[in-house]
Amino acid sequence: MKRRDFLYMAGAGAGMLAAPLPILGKSIHASELINPGLAVAEKKVLADVALNTAQKLGATYADARIGRYLNQFVFTREKKVQNTVNTESFGIGIRVITNGTWGFASTNDVTPDGIKKATELAVAIAKANSKIQTEEVVLAPVKGHGDVSWKTPIVKSSLEVPVSEKVDLLLEANNRALENGADYISSALFSVNEQKYFASTEGSYIDQDVHRIWPTLNITAVDKSTGKFKNRQGLGAPMGLGYEYLIPDASEEVKGAGGITLYRNRYNIIDDAIAGAKQARAMLSAPSVEPGKYDLVLEPNHLGLTIHESVGHPLELDRVLGYEANYAGTSFATLDKWSTKEFNYGNELVNLVADKTQVGSLGAVAYDDEGVKCKEWDLVRNGILVNYQAIRDQVHMIDQNESHGCCYSQSWNDVQFQRMPNVSLEPGTEPYSIDDMVKDVEKGIYLVGRGSYSIDQQRYNFQFGGTLTYEIENGEIKGLINDAAYQSNTQEFWNSTAKICDKNDYRMFGSFFDGKGQPSQVSAVSHGCSTTRFNGINVINTGRNI
Amino acid sequence: MAIYNKEDAKAIMAKALEYSKADGCEVNLSGSDSGNIRYARNTVSTAGAQSNQTLVVQSNFGKKVGTATIEEFDDASIEKVVRRSEELATLSPESEEFMEPLGPQNIVESNQHIKSTAEITPEYRAAVAAASKEPAKAKDVTAAGFFEDYADFSAISNSNGLFAYEQSTGMDFTVTMRSNDGSGSGWVTRDYNDVSRFDAEMASQIAIDKALQSREAKAIEPGKYTVILEPAASVGLLRNMLFSFNARSADEGRSFMAKEGGGNKIGEKIVDERINLYSDPLNPLVPASTWTGEGMPRERTSWLENGVVKNLAYGRYWADQKGVAPLPFPANGIMDGGDASLEDLIKDTKKGVLVTRMWYIRTVDPQTLLYTGLTRDGTFYIENGKLKHPIKNFRFNESPIIMLNNLETLGQQVRINGNLIPYMKIRDFTFTSLSDAV
Repeated sequence: MKRRDFLYMAGAGAGMLAAPLPILGKSIHASELINPGLAVAEKKVLADVALNTAQKLGATYADARIGRYLNQFVFTREKKVQNTVNTESFGIGIRVITNGTWGFASTNDVTPDGIKKATELAVAIAKANSKIQTEEVVLAPVKGHGDVSWKTPIVKSSLEVPVSEKVDLLLEANNRALENGADYISSALFSVNEQKYFASTEGSYIDQDVHRIWPTLNITAVDKSTGKFKNRQGLGAPMGLGYEYLIPDASEEVKGAGGITLYRNRYNIIDDAIAGAKQARAMLSAPSVEPGKYDLVLEPNHLGLTIHESVGHPLELDRVLGYEANYAGTSFATLDKWSTKEFNYGNELVNLVADKTQVGSLGAVAYDDEGVKCKEWDLVRNGILVNYQAIRDQVHMIDQNESHGCCYSQSWNDVQFQRMPNVSLEPGTEPYSIDDMVKDVEKGIYLVGRGSYSIDQQRYNFQFGGTLTYEIENGEIKGLINDAAYQSNTQEFWNSTAKICDKNDYRMFGSFFDGKGQPSQVSAVSHGCSTTRFNGINVINTGRNI
Repeated sequence: MAIYNKEDAKAIMAKALEYSKADGCEVNLSGSDSGNIRYARNTVSTAGAQSNQTLVVQSNFGKKVGTATIEEFDDASIEKVVRRSEELATLSPESEEFMEPLGPQNIVESNQHIKSTAEITPEYRAAVAAASKEPAKAKDVTAAGFFEDYADFSAISNSNGLFAYEQSTGMDFTVTMRSNDGSGSGWVTRDYNDVSRFDAEMASQIAIDKALQSREAKAIEPGKYTVILEPAASVGLLRNMLFSFNARSADEGRSFMAKEGGGNKIGEKIVDERINLYSDPLNPLVPASTWTGEGMPRERTSWLENGVVKNLAYGRYWADQKGVAPLPFPANGIMDGGDASLEDLIKDTKKGVLVTRMWYIRTVDPQTLLYTGLTRDGTFYIENGKLKHPIKNFRFNESPIIMLNNLETLGQQVRINGNLIPYMKIRDFTFTSLSDAV
């Protein structure tokens, strides 16, 4: 598909997004976002048209996904609304196995006739591809679930909240930032609802209603006399929650080191805008970091991205096997390392788990996009690499017979494939607080929130920065510093884990538009962890004089 | 087929404008036929074709704006989508930066449509994959590639009398070749409007050669090196630099283009005087669209002339605020080159590093346009005018501004991602760490 076929929306907090947002769908009015879609009984009848047609044409397996995908994006800057976008996309995607080969076709003509034609096309594609296929598809067994349903456990759907209320909230955050030292501020609110119906020839009829929300801030302070400027991103995270995420709740706030406020399952965007404005202004006169080795204390909304890049991606089985070699890359975490059962991904403190079930996470659903019941499983246990992320047609390649349940497609229009589940670092078992992380550090740095990030195509060498960076000296926060980025190697980094806060500090970071595949598809995923310390990491100074 | 000719497109759009009751109405009509093939582990993994067309109607009442889209173009559907955009406009908050639709513009048509590309078949795509996979297999190398082609059209018309129409075709090809022992990797990219210029076998052979030559790379210390950057290596940094040629963020004091004490850097020399960078949608090697999505004409525009900032892009709102003419962002980038071939550049290098490609490039500091990323798919040490041996990949932390100030030699131009970029020899390029990635 050519790029311009998507509705593109740029400018959602410059720097926050690496690329424009690909959203397929037609524009609608906000009030239509809460219209009910097709009744479940109607969806079942339509899905059966696909399944029956496929079987009549000789398919040995078929699944149908009827999807209604709703998006609402609100963009503001300073005292202005820049844009509000409401979109709806509705259609069906049909996947079949014929002659041991996958075929896929989709249509927005969700009528018995339209579905029949699309199914015929999917079977024809499978037959054509089977001529050049060298290995037959092997599917891990799945038991049919019958008629089941699931909904993200939200308090209030963001799509039911009037646009005016969202605009008022964002503009209030902007105003308060401007009053407190910001020269510019962009804020946005992304609300997503996926209404997905899955049916397969194995007897599953699964209706799911998935909700996600993401408030963003990009706050800028400028010193015109020196020509310097500093940006500070919001400390909220994208979440698998409803509008309740934006209702402040002091019990969901965490006091970070240096007196900063961090957020768990509720976010106070106005307080964060005020703090962010003050911090952006303070950064203008903060000193530049001395390069060298430091003990790093990494806050969850920062460490989540490091987990995403250095653990989530390298343990995707399709990357390991080379299917993504030309786009996302391959992986250092090869099968020979895994099969030794003694590859030290990290030290014994490190337990990394994958899951598609965590409440409030972006990845949470009850069933994946090929009808597998979702679960939690270990990737790294006591520092040892123990498993990967794999779906029904992959698990046999690692001698397993149960899919991990992490198959996903961004829409009815795209074929489902293996996507990253939530990947999280288990909290420590010792009762450590954030202060315990800092108090015995002689020379360290505390990094908060998402900043610059980059990692190589096999996920060895990475470099990360934060949106807030504090120097730690002799067990205390000394103050903000500029120009710090840390460089490390995945295995060395996770083996330098020194101390992990307990579960009371556990919070989630999220990636709302993670890209993979050619043509590329996005997915949303969370990464939970508690504040963690890593000893002796190389920090470079990124300041330049031009 | 989703491609309408100029007359048919005009008729559909005229109908939409006739139905309009808003203060202003602008319609965009577009369609495309596209296809792709993806292969990995020496076998085809996915192949597909898509065809679609969309009419986008934007209506405004004052500064209240609504947009609606539709894929069916019978009279009733067209009237429905116009009414719908009007309803949405009346219900929308005011967009303070909304600008009235433009009046008629003088738009020259660019020759971006090539018949042979529009006629690409699934068989042709399969042949591309085969031309890549088969020679790879013979050399104990594994191919993973993606080929994509399209033919499309776009048209715009509005209630103030603007009309523009164009057709274009294109293809993009990338392939990664990895030696089966896992120690070597090569890559190549090709993109053309005219597929007859594309030779899948020859392109794939370059990636195979790089995979084989890059095996058993040796580590050398990170630091400042003279580098020869293939255009695929420099294009990412140059593209990021061009994104900063934005008057608004400069005037607001929050970009590299902001001037100390206020204002922007137009007229300032920021890089070596041999650097000339411009955009030209009519260049026959890299033809591009001659108008923007809101119908502003794109013409040949100089961005850097003899190292001096000549222009920054002004959106219509910001241009209006500043009392200057709007100037759209470019649709392509052309950097003047020299006569030296890659071989000449290597021959003239005592000690240096040849970089095939840079990857995962991300902003580190927008103040200085500092970016980080990594080399990959063929990094070689040069000694006394010869490629001495492959080296392990580096992470770099570098600004394209520093890079273009440290220019040694400009080589021949190559088309890359719709741009024309020369080979470049640069001194003191900053590599900050080693990567074990192959």
